[in-house]
Amino acid sequence: MRAAGDWVGRHLILMIGMLVLLYMLTPVFVVVLMSFNQPAGRNTYTFDGFTLDNWTNLCEPYQLCSSVRLSLEIGLLATLLATLLGTLMAFAMVRHRFRGRAAANVFIFLPMATPEIVMGSSLLALFVNAGLAGKLGFWTIFVAHVMFCLSFVVVTVKARLAGMDPRLEQAAADLYANEWQTFWRVSFPLVFPGILAAALLSFSLSFDDFIITNLNAGQQVTFPMFVWGANTKGIPMQINVIGTLMFAIALIVVVVGEFGSRRRDRTRV
Amino acid sequence: MAHILPTETQDAGPPAVDQQRRGPAGYLLLMPGSFWLALFFIVPTVTLVATSLYDPAGSLELGYKMTGHVQNYPTAIADYWEQIWRSLRYALVATVACIALGYPLAYAIAFKAGRFKTILLVAVIAPFFTSFLVRTLAWQYLLGDNEWFVSFLRWLPFTGADLRLINTPFSVVAGITYNFLPFFVLPLYASLEKIDHRLLEAASDLYASPVKGFLKVTLPLSMPGVVAGTLLTFIPAAGDYINAELLGSPNTRMVGNEIQDLFYAGDYPTASALSVALMVTIVVLVAVYVWRAGTDELV
Repeated sequence: MRAAGDWVGRHLILMIGMLVLLYMLTPVFVVVLMSFNQPAGRNTYTFDGFTLDNWTNLCEPYQLCSSVRLSLEIGLLATLLATLLGTLMAFAMVRHRFRGRAAANVFIFLPMATPEIVMGSSLLALFVNAGLAGKLGFWTIFVAHVMFCLSFVVVTVKARLAGMDPRLEQAAADLYANEWQTFWRVSFPLVFPGILAAALLSFSLSFDDFIITNLNAGQQVTFPMFVWGANTKGIPMQINVIGTLMFAIALIVVVVGEFGSRRRDRTRV
Repeated sequence: MAHILPTETQDAGPPAVDQQRRGPAGYLLLMPGSFWLALFFIVPTVTLVATSLYDPAGSLELGYKMTGHVQNYPTAIADYWEQIWRSLRYALVATVACIALGYPLAYAIAFKAGRFKTILLVAVIAPFFTSFLVRTLAWQYLLGDNEWFVSFLRWLPFTGADLRLINTPFSVVAGITYNFLPFFVLPLYASLEKIDHRLLEAASDLYASPVKGFLKVTLPLSMPGVVAGTLLTFIPAAGDYINAELLGSPNTRMVGNEIQDLFYAGDYPTASALSVALMVTIVVLVAVYVWRAGTDELV
């Protein structure tokens, strides 16, 4: 009786979990499938036939490739700055003791707990009041993206740092390493996977953002804004190629990162 | 131990207090990021509140007058209470759905997945990497009137032949649920992962059934993850309008749609007032919820 209960317990939960995972992945399958679709008409979004045209004529829809380029540029720049600032903050929060830590924690959590529409409208209100209404564009999008990525970077790097044994750093200090050496030879390599994960998260948040960007973009068009506009005008199948490509690249980065860190573990320890 | 994903239980606890350094270095590290957040998060929020009190007679071109026009609030709420209420309702239903779907998934990954744990975690975050709008359009296709899923449902004996999914509240809520599910699963997984398995063994040694062991040990210990996950689901869901626009109809418009349209129409004072009203409502609801849930170790 007990064994039967265990069996059901083990496999039922696992089966439900896999069904939920299927729900989460179904749209991804559709995106990959649609990237090979040859639609019968301009406004139909059904699978009518197989073609490679969408892959070979990727830049054919007006503004598609320029919007992807803009999103990539902003994503890379915003990720760079947000990861740098966020990592410094995470080190301060975990490794240093100062007054107002609790307040700093709330301060960092707040942007994650604010609806995007509120953050987007706040920034727009600021830019308009500062007389920048006509100058919305690349830099206002960049500023906004660094802002909302920052908290996610802090939280991700903090989690990694908190799980790291501080005695390793003390050991380095005991062996006459100065603070600079301790940081680059001990702390940084250990926390690096956390920083990489934070950068990856931050890039995908930036590349994907629509609500905040849409309010602060002025005349610029990012990839999500292109997709939004396409929804009313007829959807080019090429957007699915972009989706598939992004998915494949990110997956490779994650797999290589995991594999690489496993190998390092085996050789080092 | 050097993995991108949190695959192993971290046995080294947080550093003890005396291992943290004192002095000004902490402030120096904190400063650049805090400056950015202050300038582009706090100042804008204050500006938003100020803008919500401008005289609505002004315009973007001619400028607004600061008249402390509190009347913007009753006007905005009277005009859009229906959308505010609908947003909160949809967000609540989506959050409950996230708990129902996400808990078994996080539990399965944390306790039942064995050596497939990493692969499953990658599968959870994988959808993030395909543009979210493109995925929402995929739902638009999947839930469409002439697609196999709806045809199948119509074929079932207990549903009508005119059953529709797209452009209904159902498809909007399903889209929101889908959208924010990873944000619920990941914090919950982190919480479940930390649970000491010896506690469950102890419960079982003391003759607790697996169900009782779950209710008395696992569930209470996973509460911080549930609270964090529900916040990361409910709050953005209440402000979302992408699902309402792409999967809904004019009858499913949420408060986000209205705020965005008001800004586009150039009515900054009303848009700001509506935005502040949404923020205040959410802050109050979240404060009550966190206080009732009794967890203050969210961050």
